[in-house]
Amino acid sequence: MLNPFYKQMDIINMNKIFVLFTGLSLLSVWACDSQNISKEKLPIIGNRDVVDGDSIYHTVRDFKFINQDSVIITPETFKDKAYVVDYFFTSCPTICPKVKQQEIKVADHFKDEERLKFLSVSIDTKYDTIQRLKWYAEKLEIDPNQWHLVTGDEDLIYDIAGDFFHSAIKNDDAPGGYDHDGLLILVDKNRHIRAFCNGLEPEEVDEFILDVEQLLAQEY
Amino acid sequence: MLKVKVCFLFLLIACLSMQLMSCQENPFIQGEIMYENFCATCHMEDGKGLKGLIPPLANSDWLKNNQDILACSIRKGINDPIVVNGKTYELPMAGVTALTEFELANVINYINQAWGNDYGFVQINEVRDQLDACNARD
Ligand code: HEC
Repeated sequence: MLNPFYKQMDIINMNKIFVLFTGLSLLSVWACDSQNISKEKLPIIGNRDVVDGDSIYHTVRDFKFINQDSVIITPETFKDKAYVVDYFFTSCPTICPKVKQQEIKVADHFKDEERLKFLSVSIDTKYDTIQRLKWYAEKLEIDPNQWHLVTGDEDLIYDIAGDFFHSAIKNDDAPGGYDHDGLLILVDKNRHIRAFCNGLEPEEVDEFILDVEQLLAQEY
Repeated sequence: MLKVKVCFLFLLIACLSMQLMSCQENPFIQGEIMYENFCATCHMEDGKGLKGLIPPLANSDWLKNNQDILACSIRKGINDPIVVNGKTYELPMAGVTALTEFELANVINYINQAWGNDYGFVQINEVRDQLDACNARD
């Protein structure tokens, strides 16, 4: 039925289509790639005011904490660096271990990255003494050069929580005595919040890692 | 006609064996759900715990050797330091009080058989006896 000529035509057509397809897919890969390079910067999260025509972005206020090795931690500690912030307490009976597991995943990923640090703020100022924080850090094999577990003035800790978009509330009815969230927040060198994720959701945390990489690649 | 019958038979066998297989994979559905809701934030979904802070349940010699006090330990918590696979854990575990006897039995059977563990099975009446004993002690 089919004469050889038609067969020939068919093959030629197939070849053409094949070439076209490969070309198109290569093109789209290239388009994606170049999009990546010129990818938009991470947004600055939070309310902004306009004063005299200038945008004033949401900014983390000044702070002074003390870490597991009794070192004073201030914004100066994170000069020219980005850092990840979470709120927790060492005797937390609910979400903290899961969040810490995910945070450790992030910290391990950026193990040799000097431009990224970690700040875990304890909301239990009574029980989480420096000694207790030290114990906790050792149990979790936390690198003190990379990761600060801090305590400090109670009012500051609760007030500044809002700057970090964390909610921290004392609540005797809550398990362990505190209500708080499992967010991980990315703060940049200008004290702006640039990304966050729910530390209870491993996939969100994986995306967060990409956000951190992007920030470091584009702005540091 | 024969062909259709053979086909049907084949399908039936396939379905049945698939069901059996999923059965073998997880015979403790309720226990697993309880585990995810009440234990996994600390002991993690894979039962490995968290570094030196939270002990593993997967391949845990403590779990294997303390079956007789397991129901009480979960219900009342564990306050003293314990040694699991040669490592000392100090953080106390708060009692998980929300589980009924039935749910306790299910969660125990789940952790006893999950992640390659093979630490036997408990019946609901054994759980009840254990709880009665520790309630009497308190
Ligand atoms: C708030 C965190 C937390 C939750 C939730 C939790 N545990 Fe624990 N669990 C611990 C800690 C911490 C220890 C170690 C206690 C100690 O050292 O005194 C422990 C110890 C154990 C042990 C004995 C040690 C081992 O690893 O074999 C078992 C068994 C156990 N837990 C089972 C459970 C079960 C089952 C549930 C859920 C019904 C549960 N736990 C929920 C934190 C938790």
